[in-house]
Amino acid sequence: MAYFKLNVNGKQQTVDVDPATPVLWVLRDHLNLVGTKFGCGIAQCGACTIHLEGKATRSCILPVSSVENKEIVTIEGLSENGDHPVQKAWLEHDVAQCGYCQAGQIMTASALLMSNTKPTDEEIENAMNGNICRCATYLRIKAAVKTAANS
Amino acid sequence: MEQIITTINRRSFLKTSALAGGGLMLSFSWLAGCKPKEAELLGAPDEWFDLNSYIKIGNNGLVTLMSPNPEFGSGVKTSMPMILADELDVDWKNVIVEQANFLPARFDRQFTGGSQGIRQGWKPLRTAGATVRQLLVNAAAKQWNVPAKEITTEAGVIYHKSTEKKAGYGEMASLAVGMPIPSEVITKDVKDFKIIGTSRKNVDGEKIVTGKPLFCIDYKEEGMLIAMIVHPPFGMKIKSLDDSSVRSMPGIKDVFVIKPLEEEYERTGFDTSSFVELGVIVGNSTWDVMNAKKALKAEWELTPEYTMTMQLWGRGKTPVTVPEGLESTEGHKAQMEKSSKAKGEILRRDGNPEAAFKTAAKILERTYTCPYLAHNPMEPATCFANVKEDHAELYAPIQIPEFISNTLVARLGIPKDKINIKIARMGGGFGLRSYGHHLVEAAVISQTIKAPVKLVYTREDDMTYGIYRPTYTATYKAALDKDNNLIAFHVKGGGIPEHPIHENRFPAGAIDNYLAEGWSIPSNITVGAFRAPRSNFNAAAEQSFLDELAELAGKDPIDFRLQLLERAKNNPVGKYNDYDPDRYAGVLKLVREKSKWNQPSANVSRGVSAYFCHNTYVAEVVDLTLQGNIPVIENVIAAVDCGIVVNPDGAINMGEGGIIDGIGNALYGELTFKDGVPDKNNFHQYKMIRQKETPRAVEVHFVKNEEDPTGLGEPLFPPVFAAVANALYKATGKRFYDQPFAKQIEKIPSII
Ligand code: FES
Ligand code: FES
Repeated sequence: MAYFKLNVNGKQQTVDVDPATPVLWVLRDHLNLVGTKFGCGIAQCGACTIHLEGKATRSCILPVSSVENKEIVTIEGLSENGDHPVQKAWLEHDVAQCGYCQAGQIMTASALLMSNTKPTDEEIENAMNGNICRCATYLRIKAAVKTAANS
Repeated sequence: MEQIITTINRRSFLKTSALAGGGLMLSFSWLAGCKPKEAELLGAPDEWFDLNSYIKIGNNGLVTLMSPNPEFGSGVKTSMPMILADELDVDWKNVIVEQANFLPARFDRQFTGGSQGIRQGWKPLRTAGATVRQLLVNAAAKQWNVPAKEITTEAGVIYHKSTEKKAGYGEMASLAVGMPIPSEVITKDVKDFKIIGTSRKNVDGEKIVTGKPLFCIDYKEEGMLIAMIVHPPFGMKIKSLDDSSVRSMPGIKDVFVIKPLEEEYERTGFDTSSFVELGVIVGNSTWDVMNAKKALKAEWELTPEYTMTMQLWGRGKTPVTVPEGLESTEGHKAQMEKSSKAKGEILRRDGNPEAAFKTAAKILERTYTCPYLAHNPMEPATCFANVKEDHAELYAPIQIPEFISNTLVARLGIPKDKINIKIARMGGGFGLRSYGHHLVEAAVISQTIKAPVKLVYTREDDMTYGIYRPTYTATYKAALDKDNNLIAFHVKGGGIPEHPIHENRFPAGAIDNYLAEGWSIPSNITVGAFRAPRSNFNAAAEQSFLDELAELAGKDPIDFRLQLLERAKNNPVGKYNDYDPDRYAGVLKLVREKSKWNQPSANVSRGVSAYFCHNTYVAEVVDLTLQGNIPVIENVIAAVDCGIVVNPDGAINMGEGGIIDGIGNALYGELTFKDGVPDKNNFHQYKMIRQKETPRAVEVHFVKNEEDPTGLGEPLFPPVFAAVANALYKATGKRFYDQPFAKQIEKIPSII
């Protein structure tokens, strides 16, 4: 066990955990931020996607020891009032079915739009390909990314 | 207008009658409900009035509707309350939706599965809504001393036009609580619907996009421990758990073995439990327990053959024997080939098929197969349980709480009314969450350690636990006469451990000489309902076969099917034909029109398929191209007859999902076994359809009619398998008989 200083959603937090603990479980079990989801634990599904220094990152294989003082943003911190353009576009297209994958999808999409404000279809497909949606809402996800890019 | 006798929802009023005589203030957390946009929302009321199980009205007119059925993504938490709201005649923007707990005394059918939610909820929900509206009207009539007949309502307001009286529902709610329940109510005409038939957004949408805790895996309470399981391969049991190295690991509280079900317990078909015993690790945090799970050494031994007594639908008490052995896909294939050649149980026989085959001018015979599939919902199995001496609390993703509640009663020794099951929004279900083994396991663990616990499966546990879509095969044989009329049809299907055949479905009824046979092989690998059970294979096989048969007959595949349906309509063979030929033909005609079937675009290969299951008719056309050896689905056009469409955009979303899921499973879905171990345990091995393989477009068109609505969770899934296979044939010149298709396309040398 060791103390780690974390910067999550703009807040400084200290946790006392095993250094190998993935950020996913620090968020979910220790910081009560359960919006970031567990899907596979091996960086294959994207459900656990967060922004680390502004980049879409799989938190399920990211040891807490590697992120001290780096800027972490989770779905809960993407916007104050749930009105990030990507969140708004997700509501406009009523994307979700079960909804479980969508936090990860939104985090991947919002990171894409930070680095590429007008992605092509192919760029959207490439960026979003790491996020599985078992309910297969892929068409709406793609449409929502485009709407967000245009807003 | 339909006069409905209200006994149908008498149960939902039981509580109201008990409260009659005074308004009830309910102290429930209205924030737990789902609300429309903050800005549009009326403030929280000072008082809530419980009008029946489904409906509470606040003194300011805010309405809370209880959504009875579990939500796994099909949208019932939005569409079922829409039905209530329409008949109640309230403004949707003043509606809060709340998920009901499992309360069999208050709700009729809290069951999500078989695409039956809307179909079976239609009348009870309309009646419940219309009855409360009538209570409010009657209350106003009494208050204003005017005949109830002269009173009208609109969007939550009650009017008596001639005296210019008006009152909001909130003002009349306290009076309405004490009114006698009318024995008959009138429901709306279809033309008067204001909410049904308009698109309303997912009531949980805002919570989903902001990451609010909605799922069981997100649940937490003071003192709660985390539990995980370890299980052996299929056909084995635990010989020993060497917990010595694990017990001292950080955060670990306990390691032990549980028996989820007692041997003598009479199981139902939903008590599927893949292993007689499970190893359990309990600790403080998920990561602690995951580490211990990795370190735990277990030894397995063969499970000898055993027989369970099961209570099976339509069969009563039935002994079921689970064979001994470590099964492999290779062995399964050999067994299935052998059984395919033997005679099966005759399921239906019309005319004299054997004689007709002898007179045939042409005979076509083809065999189709599909592998086991894992459901892989995105949320792995999980359940919170807090079991005390005399009562239990559970919170779980579960499609059918009713069935597992009986199991819990027997296993925990606690009466049913002392077991409170709260229904979580599920991170997907697909049939898998009809089986409540995770609830029993969590409850037994909590009872053992005397603490609240959340059981969490890893992805590997979820994928290797079992309850798979069975592996099936079917051989179709058809005879054409010299004029290319279909004169005989024979289907023989089998599988492990059940056969897939629906003997009374199309094309039965359209052919004079028809034979359906089924056979099965026992196994210790557990299976269960998977999105459109059996249909998901039958549609693939039958609709591919009919395509090839149409070609042999020199007919257009849509015309060929329409001619058979015409025959089934005008002169049906046999009494029990499980489809309406007109509605079946209707979707084929609609898809023909919408896909411009007769003017296909030159650069795509297209296939058609149609199927009827779960009370809904669907026809689909797939347009695809090949990029090298990779199929690219350009467009899918679906025509659907599900009667009245309650929430059109939600219905389209469901249709898109079913179609894309079907394409994914047709091309990639497969689970194989070696010595009782699944060869895939996570998404690095199990290929799921992803964004890049998604069709460029999917169109879902609905037949417009006023039939009572039927469901959409399943029916769009099965036909697309064959539409893909038939389009692939056009693209490659090769027929695809064995799922999944993608790896076979890769092997075609000429297109690489
Ligand atoms: S949980 Fe991290 S990628 Fe799946
Ligand atoms: S919405 Fe269910 S997994 Fe994406």
